[in-house]
Amino acid sequence: MSTIVLAVVAVTVIGLICAVILAIASKVMAVPVNETYAKVRECLPGANCGACGYAGCDGYADALANGMTDQVNLCVPGGNSVARQVGAVLGVDAGEVTPKVAVIHCGGNCDSTGLRTDYQGIHSCAAAMLMYGGNGNCVFGCIGYGDCMSVCPQNAICIERGIAHVDPRACEGCGQCAKKCPKNLITIENRTVKTLVTCHNQDKGALTRKVCSHGCIGCYKCVKACPEQAITVENFLARIDYSKCRNCGECAKVCTTGCIVLSDFGPAPVMEVAAD
Amino acid sequence: MSFKSLIIIVMSGILVNNYTLRQFLGICPFLGVSKELKNATGMSIAVIFVMLLATAVTWPIQTHLLTPNGMGYLQTVVFILVIAALVQLVETIIKKYMPPLYNALGVYLPLITTNCAVLGVTIANIDKQYTFVQALFNAFGSGVGFMLAMVLFSGVRGQTESSEPPESFKGLPITLVSAAILSLSFFGFNGVVENLFR
Repeated sequence: MSTIVLAVVAVTVIGLICAVILAIASKVMAVPVNETYAKVRECLPGANCGACGYAGCDGYADALANGMTDQVNLCVPGGNSVARQVGAVLGVDAGEVTPKVAVIHCGGNCDSTGLRTDYQGIHSCAAAMLMYGGNGNCVFGCIGYGDCMSVCPQNAICIERGIAHVDPRACEGCGQCAKKCPKNLITIENRTVKTLVTCHNQDKGALTRKVCSHGCIGCYKCVKACPEQAITVENFLARIDYSKCRNCGECAKVCTTGCIVLSDFGPAPVMEVAAD
Repeated sequence: MSFKSLIIIVMSGILVNNYTLRQFLGICPFLGVSKELKNATGMSIAVIFVMLLATAVTWPIQTHLLTPNGMGYLQTVVFILVIAALVQLVETIIKKYMPPLYNALGVYLPLITTNCAVLGVTIANIDKQYTFVQALFNAFGSGVGFMLAMVLFSGVRGQTESSEPPESFKGLPITLVSAAILSLSFFGFNGVVENLFR
């Protein structure tokens, strides 16, 4: 009996000593938690997408709370409502968040271009890219194994007829796909943009024509048609300067191969705040 | 207690008696945190740190408190209690005085509180009747062994993640199979350390 008592007493005493030390330590060495951080972090959606340029929502909240940045409108998924909430916490004018969308600069689906080799490796664009830059006829175009699809947190990307498509109703413009694409085909644009060059081929027109009927051949028709001088051709590829573009659509009308398309992205999706 | 015997203790902790791959202790972080090299090394460094600290505290408790009073059977309970409190204390201290270290180890420290590899090392030190210095070296070697296993396995994990195993092997099954193969390979180190200074 006395053995049990002794054991219980011994463990209790050791436990008590530990508890007292811990209690004292937590009082003496208490680190004041930044209250602003907690409040800011609560406002952010918690998607950890990294669109703000920080390592997840925690990183952005930390930067805001410690005054490393005063831009409260960097959260793209959260949009205006989050910017306003964060601004209210920090006492900063929120400004506007321009809703963004991912644009895939390749329209070469299986109707307009074909396969060059029979690739049987790992089903991933990054892997296929290592084998002579992918298996498609066009070495600039979408490989279509869906690396972008696999990183998209909103499942907004699908592969249709051999190339990736973004569903603008679901896309939040976080830019994960743009970082992932081994061909750098994806850019993040403002949702107000309507004219898109859906080609990335920088070969001469004749070469482009051989590999894809949809590709930009650098014919300068769009450059001449544009009333705002917003289009330039570099490396046989048309580029639209969206700071000048007025969305008139003249370029799409004259485009010989149909690689300049008009589209309407509509309003940004409403972000469901993730509970964690 | 020559220098050679200390080196043998460290090397046997790393290769022959590797806690994860040979004694199947600490499997939880081995499978859980080994997905990325960065996390694996962070976790391993924290484990080395805690193993050393835990040994430095539990060895005196056992030899000066429990054994003389005939309470050696309380070993496991007391060790768990002390290690848990110790890790908590260390976390508080480095949070206050070494914020960069806290940022590096902080998330892993609470995970280690109940890590059986740490408890395993402290108990093995007593079972093998090591002296205090030998015990510390054993703790260090075991920690480095854990790190070796984690780093190796994070490399293996990287490969299995990007490969396409049969449907029924996807996820944890293929991870366990590759862990088993890695563990098998460590059986090749049997007898290496004993003959280190021949």
